[in-house]
Amino acid sequence: MPEKPKLASKAAAISRKHAAERGALIPVLQELQEEEGYLKPESLAEVSEQLKIPLSSIYGVATFYAQFRLEQPGKNIIQICSGTACHVKGSKKVLEEFEKELGIKAGETTQDKKFTLLSVRCFGACALGPIIKVNDDIYSSVAAGQAKGIIAKYGDKK
Amino acid sequence: MTALVFRIGVGTCGLSAGAAEVRRALEETLAAEGAAKSGSTVKGVGCLGLCFAEPLVEVGGVLYGRVKPEDARLIAKAALEGEAVAAKALAKRDKCVLKGAEKVPPLSSQPFWALQFRDAFENCGVVDPKSIDDCIAAGGYEGLRKALKLKPAEVVAQVKAVGLRGRGGAGFPTAIKWELCAKAPAGEKFAICNADEGDPGAFMNRANLEGDPHKVLEGLIIAGYACGAGKGFVYVRAEKPLAAQSVKTAVEQAQAKGFLGKNILGSGFDFDVEVRLGAGAFVCGEETALIASIEGKRGMPRARPPYPAEHGLWGKPTNINNVETLAHVPNIFRRGAEWFAARGTAKSKGTKVFCMTGKISNTGAFEVPIGITLRDMVFKIGGGIPDGRKFKAAQSGGPSGGCLPESCLDLQMDYESLSEAGAIMGSGGLVILDDSTCMVDVARYFLTFTQSESCGLCTPCREGTVRMLDVINRIADGKGKASDVEELQRMGRIIRDTSLCGLGQTAPNPVLSTIRYFRAEYGEHVKGKKCPAGVCRMGAKK
Repeated sequence: MPEKPKLASKAAAISRKHAAERGALIPVLQELQEEEGYLKPESLAEVSEQLKIPLSSIYGVATFYAQFRLEQPGKNIIQICSGTACHVKGSKKVLEEFEKELGIKAGETTQDKKFTLLSVRCFGACALGPIIKVNDDIYSSVAAGQAKGIIAKYGDKK
Repeated sequence: MTALVFRIGVGTCGLSAGAAEVRRALEETLAAEGAAKSGSTVKGVGCLGLCFAEPLVEVGGVLYGRVKPEDARLIAKAALEGEAVAAKALAKRDKCVLKGAEKVPPLSSQPFWALQFRDAFENCGVVDPKSIDDCIAAGGYEGLRKALKLKPAEVVAQVKAVGLRGRGGAGFPTAIKWELCAKAPAGEKFAICNADEGDPGAFMNRANLEGDPHKVLEGLIIAGYACGAGKGFVYVRAEKPLAAQSVKTAVEQAQAKGFLGKNILGSGFDFDVEVRLGAGAFVCGEETALIASIEGKRGMPRARPPYPAEHGLWGKPTNINNVETLAHVPNIFRRGAEWFAARGTAKSKGTKVFCMTGKISNTGAFEVPIGITLRDMVFKIGGGIPDGRKFKAAQSGGPSGGCLPESCLDLQMDYESLSEAGAIMGSGGLVILDDSTCMVDVARYFLTFTQSESCGLCTPCREGTVRMLDVINRIADGKGKASDVEELQRMGRIIRDTSLCGLGQTAPNPVLSTIRYFRAEYGEHVKGKKCPAGVCRMGAKK
């Protein structure tokens, strides 16, 4: 069978790289999301074809795990830890402040696609809570009142 | 000038407190002072467990806490001249080579250190986790060498004799698991390290893998040998990227040194390890769910028996141990059974790492002999409650655990005592709550967690946690009914008794234990329509 041109896609390449491994689906989805930012429908269809796994099963897996995103996230991802230690140190107030400043709820993306706000599970830096992570930057002992300043660091300078 | 090693903690805790800048300041100072000639170096190490003092720098036997970049420059300059900066020092080791440290308190006199006994964590914060040679120099893989001289059954027997129990939660005897797997019909078998640390408030597995990944890997190889497995997996949570990277590097180094691969150390034993990243599901800490996840499926648990030891990964006999359990294994062989069993209680030997966080002065990961009292943990190691507040409760064991009130302060921290008190040892998370905490809110917090992490497979957990949450939300909103507390207890018992896996069976614990010890507080919410701590938004707040 002649190769279709779309087989040159990232999804196909990643799938083929892992095809011989047992239980390859999750590593493939992880790598794909790392490459493309989220799991695009057309990429998942490609994975399904390559790994010979029904698309329904792939969606089952993609929607089961918190790590996977099916929608395009904003340019910056703000993650507020909602783990126990952060919670007792006031992470809820910090989250509410970010929600107010950005005008979105946890789990949503701002209209200008600049920020996605997420309430997440523990990062394991509990001793220094409340912890928030913006992209790869970690902020510890975040107090209410800091949201505006932190957001400003990542907004486009005008 | 003697060669000095500047150790800086660059685990997740250290980095979030600003260790990267401190490290840069140290390196710049050393370069400016021409320290390379004397052989002085900066060494990035894992977490010493003293998170409250991060970023932490150790040089010449003096420990400096909460180091800022400008302090680092001062400390480095002084150290290169053989001097300590006493005013900034946290403590000193018995062997201290810097002058001017006379007034610095010895580390061994500090309760947060003196009450610890470090086994699983012995090299964390000391060795460079990225260097297998450094780990070997600290005794790494010596336990493996000794274990491989024994027959697999003898390895099992030695672990059985010391009574090592699983450190991931339930406290199941490790040797029994190994034995079951070893006795399963010969053929392909697997050994898995469960590093899916998902308990909010617990980070000992992360700290262990970041600080001394080779110890855990060594434990896994010994477990593989004892069980007759040819292939191992480390299933590590993707949310802990540093730990995952650390163990990946360790696996590559161990392969290069011949601790993994064919005919390990000439023993004829073949074993290799693959690292898999968990994709974020609390339930995957449950062993059958974890197996489903490695297989590439939704991480849903299944009924046991058959146990994974008989029917596990891809239907093959599989042994699963927690990170900390495996980290205890090498010393059982390197230092010996007697050494290991010299600590702990009659039923639970050895040490356990507790991660103490929340409203406590000294936050961190502390490895203590099993059986230490909660009082010693909180008031000696933890240094008590800050801000002039009062101790209210200790939440032990995360979302599956319970809250222990003041009356439980003299409780021994061991598997049996904790579960009798309505909590669990669990992974060892210990969140300290002060009198500004509302216990109804705490129960609501955990139930929200377990409800959203319920995988949805069995009805009691899927539906029951939602119903319980409805009731507890109602109480917290000031709309509770007189019968609500009894209703919560009734539903809690049903969910506990009828759920399929550990997540569901323990989900009611935070509610049941707070009702058991803080019933009056529920009463005030229900009858008085007020939240004494002023946390629940029902009008108690101004």
